[in-house]
Amino acid sequence: MRIELNGAPHELPEQATLDAAVRASGAGEGGRGVAVALDGEVVPRGEWETTPLREGQAVEVLAAIQGGAETWELGGREWGSRLIAGTGGFRSLEQMEQALAASGTEIVTVALRRVDPAAEGSVLDVIDRLGLFVLPNTAGCYTARDAVRTAKLAREAFATDWIKLEVIGDDRTLFPDAVELLDAAEQLVADGFTVLPYTNDDPILARRLEEAGCAAVMPLGSPIGSGAGIRNPYNIAIIAERAEVPVILDAGIGTASDAAQALELGCDAILAASAIFGAEDPVSMATALRRGVEAGRLARVAGRIPRRTHAEASTAYEGLPDLS
Amino acid sequence: MPAEARALTEKRGFDAVVVGGGVIGLACAWRLARGGAEVVVLERGEPGGGATRVAAGMLAPVGELTFGEPELLELTLAAARLYPEFVAELEAATGGSAGYERLGALHVALDRDEAAQLRRVHELQRSLELEAAWLPPRRCRELEPGLTPSFHGGVFAAGEAAVDPRALARVLLAACETEGVEVRTGAEAVDGIFEGERLVGIRIAPGSAGPLKRYAEQESAGSFARAGGEEIRAETVVLASGAWSGATEWLPEHARPPVRPVKGQVLELRSRVEEPPARHIVASERVYMVPRPDGRLVVGATVEEMGFDTAVTAGGVHELLREAYRLLPDVAEMELIGAAAGLRPGTPDNLPLVGPGAIDGLVLATGHFRNGILLAPLAAQAVADLLSGDRRSSFVPSKANKGRTPTTEVAR
Repeated sequence: MRIELNGAPHELPEQATLDAAVRASGAGEGGRGVAVALDGEVVPRGEWETTPLREGQAVEVLAAIQGGAETWELGGREWGSRLIAGTGGFRSLEQMEQALAASGTEIVTVALRRVDPAAEGSVLDVIDRLGLFVLPNTAGCYTARDAVRTAKLAREAFATDWIKLEVIGDDRTLFPDAVELLDAAEQLVADGFTVLPYTNDDPILARRLEEAGCAAVMPLGSPIGSGAGIRNPYNIAIIAERAEVPVILDAGIGTASDAAQALELGCDAILAASAIFGAEDPVSMATALRRGVEAGRLARVAGRIPRRTHAEASTAYEGLPDLS
Repeated sequence: MPAEARALTEKRGFDAVVVGGGVIGLACAWRLARGGAEVVVLERGEPGGGATRVAAGMLAPVGELTFGEPELLELTLAAARLYPEFVAELEAATGGSAGYERLGALHVALDRDEAAQLRRVHELQRSLELEAAWLPPRRCRELEPGLTPSFHGGVFAAGEAAVDPRALARVLLAACETEGVEVRTGAEAVDGIFEGERLVGIRIAPGSAGPLKRYAEQESAGSFARAGGEEIRAETVVLASGAWSGATEWLPEHARPPVRPVKGQVLELRSRVEEPPARHIVASERVYMVPRPDGRLVVGATVEEMGFDTAVTAGGVHELLREAYRLLPDVAEMELIGAAAGLRPGTPDNLPLVGPGAIDGLVLATGHFRNGILLAPLAAQAVADLLSGDRRSSFVPSKANKGRTPTTEVAR
């Protein structure tokens, strides 16, 4: 069977499905970081294996990350997207699916306390269909004991030893309880978990969590759900500068410029939840955050000019040709 | 009933078998029977014993409005307009009361953050020209003196109403009986009966109970075996089994609608003084309260993706009581008379699944999610129109309905 693969004719065996074309395109393991269109329609990752190809169809395999598919490492794995998304709060499953697809995310957080992993036709079906990695969290836990127990339940339920560790100090601020957090992180690391702790924007606490063996640190920009952006960019920059594990800006993202700022400050990634589901149009906001993250990362790599007090003309007088 | 329809009925059995005796199923059965159809309702437990029993019965399209759901708003507004007549008809037919009251709803912002969010929704309400007004705290407390003294304002939607779903189920059941609908309780559908590709009836579980009350005329027809595993044949099978609609193992997999259970916990409080706890529906971002004429107050509701779990949890009760108390401090003095969890039938896009199913002979009336009580008259009307061959029904089915288009031959 002859199809068109990225604009060029390509021969595939009869009965081949879309995943064969993806492999033939030279995309990496599992097609990570690419999007696939069949005759112009995007096909979700989870459907590649079951989508049959017909003679003459056009398959386009696009790198989801522009500019050479730069990846980053978290928990010993390579990731393309620097945007981690939450799954709670969406108005419908359909809206969640469209927004997650638009965000380009590869990792999504799921609250064990609010989602039954065994329930059919629910959140996890959508996540499976999109081929996303599930990062369970311990949302709603107030003590180390509670968080450790919830993490262990999540390990059974989701068959993963990754855990986004949240130990909340009170329900008004939802700030992390530093003492309980460190205690829980130590216990979970000792138990073999890949621990991603939600922490305050405190460089010392971030360092202690890193020393305890956490796989990343996830400082807040401002309180969960506040959309107030990054209130202490100096601390976030210090954390990012000193950390040897990835730094993921967790709470406080309100809009695309916040996402860009986090990456400019040196964070490796962001986590966004209410910024997406709370927007009037969550699908467009998910796209905006994806681009914000990409723009912020590029700007970081590009190296910004230093801030100056006085003007500096972009065209110098010396050495100008005399055109008069 | 016309002679040719009668002949068909004798050949096929009933005109319609409705699977599910909640408010949706009963409303469909009643509408169909009033149009002259012979209808049987199969209810696994007790009529109105599922989500109907737990629902608060808010008829509140304005307050429930969110961004990005214009189709749902159109449906809920249409249903709210139908309600007074729907209830009046039922009450006239039965002499009972459905507890319908046009209470008005007050949505309160407790702090500055909530006020910003409420104003944002209020802007949307105004842009759609819905009946809603922003009121400063003093005006809110004139309307609702029991409110906490300290808050940031509210939105009053004067047209919002409520019905008592249990009372509604009772009058619907009585109205069904008046119209000759056979309502079978304890009758669990276990198998579809097919003729070729067409669904022509339902087999119920052995040992399923007989009719709750058979209409005299049908009693003499006596065409049904009393033994277990009985077959009930009908021209059309109406699937109205709410949150269980997606788990209908008696349908081929492709014909099962994409419905999932979404758990909700609800509390019932009772006033211990003369003064009613609230005069209107009172709500915040996190809780709503619906006063009943007899002094009860329904507090709802959690939204949980927990499969078919219906446990009432300490955390759920705590959250509802805490938020209720923040709004109406008098709640602390009320008697807590009940806590229950029910399952809403959720669909991928929150829109109901009402219309032809994916196989011949199947009609869907399910997936009403948070709005089952409100949408009942509209769903019943749409199903009745569909079965009588009237395609002008205004109902917009969910995009998730992979069923046949309404031009398919499903008329009797």
